Amino acid sequence: MAARAIWKAEIGLGKTKVPVKLYSAVSDRTVHFRLLDPDTLTPVSQRMVAPDSGREVKNEEVEKGFEVQPGLLVKLEPAELEKLEPKPSRDIEIIAFVPDAEIDHRWYDRPYYLGPDGDAEAYFALAEALRKEGREGLARWTMRGKRYVGALRTEGPYLVLITLRHLEEVVDASALPRPQAAAPTKAEARMAEQLVEMLRGPFEPQKYRDEYRHRVTELIEAKRKGKVVPIRKPRRKKTDESLEKLLEKSLKARKKGAA
Amino acid sequence: MATARKASKKGGARKSTAPKSGAARKATGARKATGARKGPKRVTRRSGAAATRPRAARPDPDGANDDVRVRPFWSGTVTFGLVSIPVDLYPANRPRQAGLRMLSEEGTPLRREYHNPDTGERIDNRDVVRGFEIEKGEFVVLTDEELESAEPERTRDISLDAFVDVDELDPMYFDRAYFLAPRENAGKAYRLLADVMENNDLAGIARFVMRSKEYLVAIMADGGILRAETMRFADEVRTPEEIGLPKPKKPRPADVAAMKKAIARLASEELPEDALQDEYLAELRRIAEAKRRRGEDVVEVEEPGDEEDVGVIDLMDALRRSMEGARASGRGRKRA
Repeated sequence: MAARAIWKAEIGLGKTKVPVKLYSAVSDRTVHFRLLDPDTLTPVSQRMVAPDSGREVKNEEVEKGFEVQPGLLVKLEPAELEKLEPKPSRDIEIIAFVPDAEIDHRWYDRPYYLGPDGDAEAYFALAEALRKEGREGLARWTMRGKRYVGALRTEGPYLVLITLRHLEEVVDASALPRPQAAAPTKAEARMAEQLVEMLRGPFEPQKYRDEYRHRVTELIEAKRKGKVVPIRKPRRKKTDESLEKLLEKSLKARKKGAA
Repeated sequence: MATARKASKKGGARKSTAPKSGAARKATGARKATGARKGPKRVTRRSGAAATRPRAARPDPDGANDDVRVRPFWSGTVTFGLVSIPVDLYPANRPRQAGLRMLSEEGTPLRREYHNPDTGERIDNRDVVRGFEIEKGEFVVLTDEELESAEPERTRDISLDAFVDVDELDPMYFDRAYFLAPRENAGKAYRLLADVMENNDLAGIARFVMRSKEYLVAIMADGGILRAETMRFADEVRTPEEIGLPKPKKPRPADVAAMKKAIARLASEELPEDALQDEYLAELRRIAEAKRRRGEDVVEVEEPGDEEDVGVIDLMDALRRSMEGARASGRGRKRA
């Protein structure tokens, strides 16, 4: 069952253009709930109200304000906002091609697959060239009235485009102090290294299943059939043993498990 | 352009989790040596400060790191073998265009209310129940207790059961990021884990449940600070086959060579970070600041508009306080 393309565009590399179709690479598996009136069990409707008067403010009456500093807003007129809307375009502009590790994890946001739109030759040639050069492209485009920055990368023989967060969206950790704490002893550091080494392996996302989601789905199924669902409280545990003792025990437990 | 890039470097928003984290640590150290060693002197603008300079006066994009208010919204325990490290989670991402708010004609921020569409009766936020629609108009109601009972055992544990090379993580999986701050007496164990991961360029993989959703996370250390990146589960990331992409074709060598040339023309060894600036936000801010200077359409708000925003605090401030061990008051949740 093929997915539907959500957008068509052209990747511009100077004079060379590569026509592509964009597909979401994410499928939402979240169990979605509706908010209900507790008495009638009908879905509630939402309204925006002015807090002082309690009066409903209809969509077309809603005004926008920009917070210039906490507690201080400047109202912006629809005409002012309209002027800022980007012009629709089908171009994915490449700003630069940077080495693969240059774009840090913290910037990646949402992935999309790109598929060829007509000219498959150019598409697969670009993917192969990118892979061989070990680079990814920093791209810019406007889609559905919004401007995006993204990384043009390869996934096997295919091209993917991952939107990137803007500077303002990523909190800068380097402005934070290092947590103050006593330095671990040599023995603790050594044992921690050993423990990590035992648990070291390849990244295998397929190994993990969203257990909670499956349980919620089962729960819904059980309730639908009128079954009574027993409630159990998740257990908590506590310990007051020293860090060194705990590391020692962990290592022993791992070794036993491996034997 | 060059100036802007320099500014952002100085501000430290540059990637500090470069694969070779030693360099990043050095960079952080260098910054601290410039006089802000202990933290209190660092630029921070608290809400309500009268002498606050307008943001537009500071072109430094990192200025956006100040006066951001968020909740420390989750507490849990990172476990590593039998070692447990109680932590608070803080969002490391901010919503896009956070500054834009909905107002009434009089300029008050709007509040969201729930109503019964038939009777028009208002329903208190706390009374609303969650239902799953099994057939059109027919719902199965799940209570908070039932949802909680669906949580896997040891649900507040972020149990690290595998360590992988940071470089091996696939960015297609990344979703959102959180900082972990040590709680109670967790400092030493926290530091131990951060050190061992940072020295070996490793990320710890775990699953945990937060706010009625289970997450797969990669925990990484950066400058001694632990960060959790939530990741999508494997069944949430589509494959090219699922999309129905055409079978790959072996491209002609001449075409590949031409593409390589095109790539070379646009090659850059560093990420031009000014490209990551939100231009729309910058323009919004520019217009808003200009109107503010003219005294046009300026409104003061006393309280955050949304009832749910009560308890919102300054993010950087909260993080700083937890990192320095001074616990923020009123959040001292006891664990059983």
